[in-house]
Amino acid sequence: MGVRGVLIACLLVVLATGVAHADARSEAVSQVEFGIAVARRNLWKEARYRWERAVAIDPTYAAAYNNLAVAYERTGEFDKAREAYERAVEIEPNNLMIQQNFDLFREINDRTSTSLDR
Amino acid sequence: MTAPVHRSIVSLGALVVGALVVVTMACGPSYYEVPIETPIKAKLDISGFQRVLVAGFVTGGSDEVDANLETVRLLRSQLRSKSDLRVVEADVLALDAIAAAAGGPVSNEEPTPGAESDDGPRIRTEEDLEHYEHIFADVEYWRALGEEYQNPLIVTGSVLFTPHQRSGYVTREQEAYDSFGRRRVTPVRTYTERRGFILRPKFVFIDGRTGATMYSESFREEILYNAQQNTPALSSYFELMDRLVPSFLTTLSSQTIRGSRTLLR
Repeated sequence: MGVRGVLIACLLVVLATGVAHADARSEAVSQVEFGIAVARRNLWKEARYRWERAVAIDPTYAAAYNNLAVAYERTGEFDKAREAYERAVEIEPNNLMIQQNFDLFREINDRTSTSLDR
Repeated sequence: MTAPVHRSIVSLGALVVGALVVVTMACGPSYYEVPIETPIKAKLDISGFQRVLVAGFVTGGSDEVDANLETVRLLRSQLRSKSDLRVVEADVLALDAIAAAAGGPVSNEEPTPGAESDDGPRIRTEEDLEHYEHIFADVEYWRALGEEYQNPLIVTGSVLFTPHQRSGYVTREQEAYDSFGRRRVTPVRTYTERRGFILRPKFVFIDGRTGATMYSESFREEILYNAQQNTPALSSYFELMDRLVPSFLTTLSSQTIRGSRTLLR
């Protein structure tokens, strides 16, 4: 196998990785969309399950983490919500909608858990 | 000849519109705003109590507001409507006088720093307040009070409501119109004198059965207005207390906070 063969092999690997990532993203997107549809019908448990699956399928999907954080907030699991928001912000630091959700979450969380002493 | 061409243009148009509808439906909006209710668990287990007594507060600072009376009234009314506890209706305790009588600074020969005569409050600063703190640790006093009211949860503490002023540069937006009538908004920094108040409440929760402190929490909120604005002290007091009441309530009872969040695709 010459240099040409190696180049072709590399190209195939890159293409295959890209295709695999696109597949993972598209599967995660369908989980996210299903989650949104059920959340809008107030079925938050199912929505949460879908978004948990979405982040498991594609751990670089900021929207999925954002939605998952909202679901955790809804069930009062604030530590998990904070983690999910932090991950979403880490992936997409310039996403203003994620930032706004996170700010609202922090406002409530800080107001209820922080005081000058205990 | 023109009719078939026209028909094919129309059908092509219909095809494009149809395709656009399909694409729009497939894409849909990229975000959805949803209402959410966030449950906040109570910080304190008060399952052993059916009644709550908001006894009174050691207060100081501005003499424009009777912080003891107003705080007791506000907290009682909030607890009545937003908790399951029965609120004990009792006279408001003048806790600073009680603390003084129980060995506080007023009974001592030497006056407390910041102390004044009868025409003004004796407590002006946080340091002054510290001299009255011992009352919250007086287990015997609170147990006796608890017995008198059938062992309720007792809410007490201190409230310092002090006037405050601060000067400095403030950025505000200035509106201007150019020669073409176009509106332009530019940020302008101006030196402004501002006046307002600082509210420093400390809520102490005492077990009326034992007289022991179960939990305490301190807060600090401030508000500033333009110096020309004449805002009554009582309005400022309520504005600041409004910010703290949700925290106070979540100590005693689970609350739900309504809001909205954005779900993303």
